[in-house]
Amino acid sequence: MNEYKERILNGIIKENPTFILVLGMCPTLAVTTSVNNAIGMGLSTTAVLILSNLIISCMRNVIPDKVRIPGYIVVIASLVTVVELVLKAYIPSLYSALGLYIPLIVVNCIILGRAEAYASKATPLFAAADGVGMGLGFTIALSLIGLFRELIGAGTIMGLHVMPSGYQPIAIFVSAPGAFIVLGALIAILNGLNIQNNGNKKVEGCSGDCCSCGAGACADRKEEQKIEGQEG
Amino acid sequence: MSEMVLVLVGAALVNNVVLSQFYGLCPFLGVSRQVKTAASMGVAVIFVITIASAVASLIYDLVLTPLDIQFLQTIVFILVIAGLVQFVEMFLKKSSPALYQSLGVYLPLITTNCAVLGVALTNVQKEYSFATSVVNGIGTSVGFTIAIVILAGIREKMENNNIVEPLKGMPIVLFTAALMAIAFNGFSGLI
Repeated sequence: MNEYKERILNGIIKENPTFILVLGMCPTLAVTTSVNNAIGMGLSTTAVLILSNLIISCMRNVIPDKVRIPGYIVVIASLVTVVELVLKAYIPSLYSALGLYIPLIVVNCIILGRAEAYASKATPLFAAADGVGMGLGFTIALSLIGLFRELIGAGTIMGLHVMPSGYQPIAIFVSAPGAFIVLGALIAILNGLNIQNNGNKKVEGCSGDCCSCGAGACADRKEEQKIEGQEG
Repeated sequence: MSEMVLVLVGAALVNNVVLSQFYGLCPFLGVSRQVKTAASMGVAVIFVITIASAVASLIYDLVLTPLDIQFLQTIVFILVIAGLVQFVEMFLKKSSPALYQSLGVYLPLITTNCAVLGVALTNVQKEYSFATSVVNGIGTSVGFTIAIVILAGIREKMENNNIVEPLKGMPIVLFTAALMAIAFNGFSGLI
């Protein structure tokens, strides 16, 4: 049981997909205008992540190595379509608030990244536990960003007014620039804490090639790029 | 004609993909260390998005709508994009080694660039015609290129600056992007 717990905590804290791995930035910044949207997006992604990890782990011996990425994408895209139709039928308000970002869960690096980096090598239950951890880590990070943006930008939390009545909402925080500012500030705070704790471990983020996001198709390209970089 | 121009300018500047729609942030934050690589990435994106939005629009109108299976659009589009990228890569490798040399590395990364799928889905959602879809694709990808090249230019200059320790790396890039987003807000009166 402990190993499963370790997997889940790993996703939430040690390898938090948003703050530590800096993956899946598009939904992170786009839908966090309010806590409700953030939680809705987080849980939708979590559902897809758990199921895709489970299915891909079950099929890891069946899918030929060469076509694994298209294979993973088909599995993920099918699950996303299911989630999209379920949301459309049962929670139409959330469906219209999230809009295009629901189908775009397909290209969320976290999902393909976990499929490639973990689920394709682990047993189904571990893979599912990893999905739970990563999904919850993502949901918590999104909610945190959403909390700050909604509080500063609209003076509310989950639609309830919490700021004193004299408070003038700073509207820029619910529009595009605010998203960058809040995420930047949160990562900076995290960096500051890490510097005090253990020396030089800093959030560097996506290392520039989506290879780090798990699109393994480019494993050999990374070498190419390195060689090219040395020449250039 | 004027509608086309409006779509083009709207997609490139007013609703910039990266800075106001948040599509394609991974390459925007990741491949923006140097102006040269950023520009190559931008050209590759223009190339792929233009073709992808044309093909996706054709498939939606000629295959998905007659068969009444529009709900499969996400699966179909992502597979088409993945296949298309592979095809473009093979084609370039054979026909134009020089172009392949400069764009090749970036092509596979574009499959997971949400801007490509985002544009295809937006075209369908807004019921753009084939020609408008292509124009929207061009505008969007040009907007992406403008944004990533500007950010890369700023980051190159920042290399020599003394940045406070916790802000080094991602945070300062995010703050820069925030200021760029504020600047791009200025275009909102254009249309």
